[in-house]
Amino acid sequence: MRRAFPRIWPNVWVRDDEGGRLDMSQRVALFVTCMVDQLFPKIGLAMVEVLERLGFRIDFPEAQTCCGQPAFNSGYPEEARAVARHFLDVFEASEAIVVPSGSCTAMIIHHFAELFEKDPTALARVKQLSERVWEFSQFLTVVAGAGDVGAHLEDVATFHDGCHALRELGIQSAARRLLRHVRGLELREMEPAGECCGFGGTFSVKFAELSGAMARTKIEAIVRTGANIVVSLDPSCLMQIQGVLSRAGLKIRGLHLAEVLASR
Amino acid sequence: MAGAFERKIHETLADTRLQQAVYTATGRLKDSRLAVIAPHVLPDYQELRAHAHLLKRHTVDHLDHYLEKFQRNVESRGGQVVFCNDGAEVTDFVLALAKKRGARLIVKSKSMTTEEVDLNEHLEHHGLESVETDLGEYILQLAHERPYHIVAPALHKTRYDVAEILTRRLNAPHETKIEKQTAIARAVLRQKFLAADIGISGANFLVADSGAVVLVENEGNARLATTLPKIHIVVAGIEKVIPRAQDLAVFLKLLARSATGQLLSVYTSFLSGPRRAGEIDGPDEFYVLLLDNGRTKLLPDSAKRQSLYCIRCGACLNACPVYRKIGGHSFPWVYSGPIGAILTPQFMGVSREPSLPFASSLCGACAEVCPVKIDIPRVLVELRADVHQSEARQKRNRLEKLAFRLFRWLMQHPRAYEWAGRLAASLANSADGGWMRRVPVLLNVGPVRAWLSQRDLPPPPSRSFRQLWRQR
Ligand code: SF4
Repeated sequence: MRRAFPRIWPNVWVRDDEGGRLDMSQRVALFVTCMVDQLFPKIGLAMVEVLERLGFRIDFPEAQTCCGQPAFNSGYPEEARAVARHFLDVFEASEAIVVPSGSCTAMIIHHFAELFEKDPTALARVKQLSERVWEFSQFLTVVAGAGDVGAHLEDVATFHDGCHALRELGIQSAARRLLRHVRGLELREMEPAGECCGFGGTFSVKFAELSGAMARTKIEAIVRTGANIVVSLDPSCLMQIQGVLSRAGLKIRGLHLAEVLASR
Repeated sequence: MAGAFERKIHETLADTRLQQAVYTATGRLKDSRLAVIAPHVLPDYQELRAHAHLLKRHTVDHLDHYLEKFQRNVESRGGQVVFCNDGAEVTDFVLALAKKRGARLIVKSKSMTTEEVDLNEHLEHHGLESVETDLGEYILQLAHERPYHIVAPALHKTRYDVAEILTRRLNAPHETKIEKQTAIARAVLRQKFLAADIGISGANFLVADSGAVVLVENEGNARLATTLPKIHIVVAGIEKVIPRAQDLAVFLKLLARSATGQLLSVYTSFLSGPRRAGEIDGPDEFYVLLLDNGRTKLLPDSAKRQSLYCIRCGACLNACPVYRKIGGHSFPWVYSGPIGAILTPQFMGVSREPSLPFASSLCGACAEVCPVKIDIPRVLVELRADVHQSEARQKRNRLEKLAFRLFRWLMQHPRAYEWAGRLAASLANSADGGWMRRVPVLLNVGPVRAWLSQRDLPPPPSRSFRQLWRQR
C-alpha cells in the first residue's frame, strides 16, 4: 500500500529534460537585501537574469527591506528583532527565498534564532522560514543542481570568501565550481582567500583606519594573483574591496558572483 | 575624541616594523597549527573540539562541585587550597607567607593569571624580588613591558630587540644569535633557581579527581621553579578545573596543537602536593590559590558563561585579522586578541574600555580555531548590547541610539524606507562631476566621513532595485 506523504511544497515542479534539480516549486522569492536594493541594483538584476535563465519564476515581495543585521551586529537586539519580525511577515508565504549575500543569509538562518531565543512562537516561525532561505550560490548548486549556467566572460578572476558565507554557511568550493564553468574565465586563488576584508558593518566606520588596513592587506593578496576581477558572494565585502581598490587607483573590478554568471 | 585604545591602534598601525613582526610571527603560529590539525594528521580533530567543549560546559556548569572535589584531593595529599576573591588577596597571602618564612627571592614560571593581578609589581613594591623564568617573560620583565601575546609573550620582539635589552639591562655582550641570548639568560636564571625561597606558577589544568596541578611548557623552567624552592604556590583561575585525569587526553592533544603547532609540549608536569617521605624532589609546602577576580560574575548568563571555557591556547589571537594588525599592547588589559576582547569587559566591567567589544569585524576566525569552541562573536555582540545599556544609563552616545531607532522604524515601513533611500541618493548625486571623494558637504560627516577617510564610495545608482523591478 502506498503511503501518502504530507505535501510540503505546494507546487512541486520537476523538469524532465534535466535530472539535476530538486523537486520543488519553480517560484522563488528574491530578498535582494537593503544594500543591493539601494546601492547595487545591478547585482539584483543579474541574479534575476541567471535564475530566469534556469527556468525559475521570480517574485519580489515589495514590502521587503532589511534583515536587521546592522542593528543585531551593532548590539541593538530590540531594533533587530523588530526588523526581523518584519522580514518574517513579508516572506511568510514564500516557498524559496534567494539572497545575494552570505552574511544576510547567515543572519536569517543562524542569528534570528538567537534573537527569538525567549519567544517560542516567533522561534517556530523562524525555524519554518529559515529552512527556505538560500544564499544565491547555494541555491544554484544545491537546489538547481547547476554547474554551467551558460555564462561567458573572457577574463582572469580571483574569489574572495566572505567571512559569513565561509564560516557560518560553509560555502567554499560550490561558488568556485560555478566560476570554473564560466567559459573564458580563468580562476586564480588568492592567498589567503578566507581572511576578512575588514568591512564588518559599523566596524568599518568606528575603526575606519584599522578596517582600511585590513582591506589593504586583502588588496595585496588580490593584486598578487594578477586577476582583473575579484568575485564575492557579498555586496558589502565588494563595497569595501572596491572602495579601497579605487582609492589606490587600481583598475581591478569587484563583481558579485551573480554578475559574472549573468554575463554572456 | 580618540581614547587611549584608539590612539594605541593608530600608533601600532603606523609602525611598519612592528606590523611586519607581528604579522609574520602570528602567521607562523597559524601555519604550524594548521599543519598538525590537518585531517590526515588528526582525523578526529573536530570531534575532539566538540568533546572538549562538552567537558568544559559540564565542568563550568558544576564548578562548585569540582572545585570542592579538587580541594579535598589536594588537602588529602598535604597541600592547601586558598580561595581568593581578587588580586589583593593573592598578594596578601604571598606576602604573609614570605614574611613568616623569611623569604626574599621568588622565581616565577609563566602565568597569565598572575599578570592579571600584577603580582610581580605588588611583591616588588613590598621589597621582594620576583623573577620571571620563562625566557620571553624574562625579557619582558627586563624591558618593563607586559606580555604581548598570551602564549608567546615577547612575540613582538625581534632578536635585535632582545640583544638590545640584554645589553642594556644585564650589561651582557651584544649577541644577536638566539642560542647565545638564551645562554646569557640561563646563566642568570640558574643562580636564581638555586637561591629562590618560593616558586610561583600558574596552572594549565587542575584535575579534580586527583588533586593534581598540570603544567605545560617548553623550556623546563616551570619544572625547576616548582620543584627546587621549598615552597610552591600555584595561582590559578577557578575555571582551570577539569573533572578527571583522563580528560587530559582530550585537552593536552588540543592545547599544544592549537597553541604552538606541537603535538605535545616539551614538558608536561603533574604536581600533586608537597614532597612525601622517600621522594627525591618537590617542595616542602604546596599551596593552590584559586582566583575568582570577576569570574563568578559570568556564571549566571548561559551565553556569556562559555568565556570561561578558554584554555589560553592563543590560537584565536593568531587567527584574528584585528590582533594581527593592532597587536597585543593596544588592548586595555593583559588579555589581548579575541579572548581579551570578551574577558576584559566581563572581568573588569564594560566601562574599562567601552569601545573594545566593537573592535571586531565579527569575521568568526576566532571561533573557527578555538579548540573548546567558544562562540566569541556571539559574546562580543552581547557585550555590545551591554555597553549600550551602560551608556544609556549615563545618557551617552544618544545620536547612535536615535539612528538605530530610526533604522528600526524605516525598515518596518517600506514606503518611507524607499523614499529615504531615494532622498539620500539624490543628495549624493547633486555633487556635480565625479562622486568619488567629492561627497557633498551635507553628507560628508560622521560615518560617511569615516568611510571616505580610507576608501571611495560607489556612485549611488539612479534607480533602486525595486524601481527597476517595477519598470520591467
Ligand atoms: S578563546 Fe579559544 S582559541 Fe582563544 S585562547 Fe581561549 S581556548 Fe584558545
